[in-house]
Amino acid sequence: MLAFAIRRLLEAAIVMLTVALLAFVLFRFVGDPVNQMVGQDTSLEDRMRLREELGLNDAVIVQFARFVAGAASFDFGISYQMKQPVTAIIAERAPATIELALVAALFAVSLGIPMGVYTGIHRDSWLSRVFLAVSLIGISLPTFLIGIFLIYVFAVKLGVLPSFGRGEVVRFGFWRTGLLTASGLKALILPAITLGLFQMTLVTRLVRAEMLEVLRTDYIKFARARGLSKRAINFGHALKNTLVPVITVIGLQLGAVIAFAIITETVFQWPGMGLMFIQAVQNADIPVMAAYLMLVAFLFVLINFLVDLLYVRVDPRIRIYGRGA
Amino acid sequence: MSQPVLSVRDLVVGFPTRRGVLTAVDGVSFDIAAGEVLGVVGESGAGKSLTGAAVIGLLEPPGQILGGSVHLEGKRIDTLEPEAMRRIRGRRIGMVFQDPLTSLNPLYRIGEQIVETIRTHAKVSSATASERAIDLLEEVGIKGARSRIHAYPHEFSGGMRQRVVLALALCAEPQLLIADEPTTALDVSIQAQIIALLKRLCRQRRTAVMLITHDMGVIAETADRVAVMYAGRIAEIGPIGDVLRQPRHPYTQGLMGAIPAVAGATATRLTQIPGSMPRLNAIPAGCAFNPRCPRAFDRCRRLRPEPITAGRTEAACWLLAHDAGVAS
Amino acid sequence: MQDAPEQFETPPASLPRTAQQPPARLTPAAAEPSRLRRFLDSDLLHSFLRSKLVVLAAILTTLLVGAAFLAPVIAPHNPYDLKSLSLLDSNLPPMWEQGGEPGYPLGTDDQGRDILSTILYGTRASILIGLASVLLAIAIGLSAGLCAGYAGGRIDALIMRIADVQLTFPAILTALLIDGVAIAIFKTYDLDAAKFGILVVAIGLSFWVQYARTVRGVTLVERNKEYVQAARLIGISPFKIMFQHILPNVLSPVLVIATINLALAIITEATLSFLGVGLPATEPSLGTMIQIGNRYLFSGSWWMVAFPGLTLAVLALAVNLLGDWLRDALNPKLR
Repeated sequence: MLAFAIRRLLEAAIVMLTVALLAFVLFRFVGDPVNQMVGQDTSLEDRMRLREELGLNDAVIVQFARFVAGAASFDFGISYQMKQPVTAIIAERAPATIELALVAALFAVSLGIPMGVYTGIHRDSWLSRVFLAVSLIGISLPTFLIGIFLIYVFAVKLGVLPSFGRGEVVRFGFWRTGLLTASGLKALILPAITLGLFQMTLVTRLVRAEMLEVLRTDYIKFARARGLSKRAINFGHALKNTLVPVITVIGLQLGAVIAFAIITETVFQWPGMGLMFIQAVQNADIPVMAAYLMLVAFLFVLINFLVDLLYVRVDPRIRIYGRGA
Repeated sequence: MSQPVLSVRDLVVGFPTRRGVLTAVDGVSFDIAAGEVLGVVGESGAGKSLTGAAVIGLLEPPGQILGGSVHLEGKRIDTLEPEAMRRIRGRRIGMVFQDPLTSLNPLYRIGEQIVETIRTHAKVSSATASERAIDLLEEVGIKGARSRIHAYPHEFSGGMRQRVVLALALCAEPQLLIADEPTTALDVSIQAQIIALLKRLCRQRRTAVMLITHDMGVIAETADRVAVMYAGRIAEIGPIGDVLRQPRHPYTQGLMGAIPAVAGATATRLTQIPGSMPRLNAIPAGCAFNPRCPRAFDRCRRLRPEPITAGRTEAACWLLAHDAGVAS
Repeated sequence: MQDAPEQFETPPASLPRTAQQPPARLTPAAAEPSRLRRFLDSDLLHSFLRSKLVVLAAILTTLLVGAAFLAPVIAPHNPYDLKSLSLLDSNLPPMWEQGGEPGYPLGTDDQGRDILSTILYGTRASILIGLASVLLAIAIGLSAGLCAGYAGGRIDALIMRIADVQLTFPAILTALLIDGVAIAIFKTYDLDAAKFGILVVAIGLSFWVQYARTVRGVTLVERNKEYVQAARLIGISPFKIMFQHILPNVLSPVLVIATINLALAIITEATLSFLGVGLPATEPSLGTMIQIGNRYLFSGSWWMVAFPGLTLAVLALAVNLLGDWLRDALNPKLR
């Protein structure tokens, strides 16, 4: 188990370094940092001096090392567009995205798993067909279209839910939460559904496919041959065997949710990291792009690692063989 | 003479498809008495497994029973409601399958799986069921059963697993056990042990056994009677000694001739039966074996043979009919 | 169940044969049916026709694609011709509403572009980008997968490493990144003209990994087969082996991935355009149109979002349905 964890950590470190390299290349070589930071009428000497100050004339390796060191201490420089330290901007925006992502994931899982189980067991009922139709729509339509549609129905026509913003937030140190106010919760509903719908359909389809696969196995056949009740077979044996691989995939999906938040935040003008990233792309604000890249990579790697550990914990086959190996 | 435990009459199992019905089991009849082992032997695709699945009511759709009847201890079971049939499974009919690794749920300890099965069919406390499970494991030859009960399936070797599977199939004390290729996935050295175990357990409990296999050697070791299946029909059925020494049906004769004999004076050539078993959508008219039969004649190609008694065996072959000598 | 051990073989000449002819099958020796007949009789076509929904999806897709490619012919206006636009005609509702004009059947946007024409031209652009990016992804993925699977060792490890790193990110993020980098690099040049190419590269580069993995898997299997060993012994060059011999075996799974991918590519392009980093407002795609129209949703100009949105939704749903059906139909496990 320990050897396994160490190996995964090493792999994670390699991925992070590769991403850091990419981010650094972006940072340093795309566009010119100096030109971005100064006005048009700055003299040439001043530019040269700035170059020297920023260490842009040092060897590339040194610059890369400096970049990585800076990243490790959460220093990503100054945003071209907003003239503020990137870290401060991210700290301000991150809570909004994380809350949105968690609520969306909760929505996706709490609806997706039951729907998947039901359509797996009752393959041909009309309710299953309805669920499958909904899941087809959720997986085919682009997220932004769903978001706009929801806004149109609930905000423009019915006027019951807000169409942009977070509503009122409550501060806890640097964290601002919208979960404690009525307007905050109302503002969370439509974006969470929009963001979570795609994931929900993925979960439904995954659970269904896995369930159908499991119901065809020999051990289920043997369980039937032993006269076990339908309940024991479906919810005792099949469900457990279905959820074990599914849980890990769902965990991995959390990372995707954070990335897809970019679209949802744009539609709802949700003040999170995604909106920040899009604005950075539109304005060629490289430091913000690089920082977002690193942060997202770190989150993904972390989630992957945790999910791997979880899987080892949950599946006895790996647990027992892994120990001795 | 007491009634047989299992009585199958003219069983027909088929698959309705877009292009018509494919008949995989076509009019199969046999009985099994208490404590008796009936071997059902034949090539892959002869319909043996489907017959077993039909008896226990576990045919996978779109397969279904299209005709005939199945009686368990005198009562008809092929027409029962699904819930009633479920209660019979495990409790009165047990079944074991070929691959012991995939037959056990990898995420549950084997003790849990046995206790669950026992408590499904009997109202006992889980403590009682656990004790029973430990006794069973010891009976099937697993040492240290008290601690092994908490182990997972993958912690056992192949032979051990099949013992656990046997324990699971017999834990509710069924009257009939259907064993579908129980030794095929095992090493040859383990096969003998499992066969011996099977024989012992069933003799002790007077369980009727339907032993399905393609391995004539296993049949010779274990069975009291044997039914030879070909293309969904029974070619020959009778006591094992009689069928082995004096096979009546040309197909059985071909099968016997194909078994290499260690004892035997001269090195004789193994008999080969030309061609292969017909596919389900291309079963010949008349006797299904006629295209490959070295002694087929005109009636064989026109009429499907009835089972004809010869001594203590029955064989579905026109050669045994009284007027066989007359070439029509 | 395992196969029975081979007990029955073809007869030696000495066995007496009383039967006239021992056919293994009794079907009459008819002429081999023509390919058309076999297709009409096949399970594939049958499952296709049986599902009305899939047939509908196929019809809709054909209609949309056909209309899009006939855009220059059937569109009442040319929305790309900036000179023909007139701000006086902007924000007109569809022709059946009050204030609408028959010359602009579905209304106009804020620049005076005819919605119907823009939809036609925009769909064409979206489909073209989708197709081109899928082709690019296949080209890269196929080559990478073949090389990785065939060469093994370090090359395989390297390619798979790159693939793994890229796979930690969702495709949309990769596409966004490449797009953003391109924008930053080409900021000083005439960006609009290059947008098409940038989008194709961005989307194509974000999808190659799936193909590479599948192709690599198949290549690994094929590499050990006898015909490849034989070819190597004869001395045929590795490239020839890869592309001439192994490639045909790989095409079927690639096709399945490609059809599903096409829908995803079109949606990705629409999303990028909606986010403002795709096709520009001067040559809008469906996504761009929705972004523009979104601003006017509250002020009541619903048609600017509704019609492009509906078109995109129908296109996405139809292609997805087709892809779903194709994947199920070609899946040997479900047959």
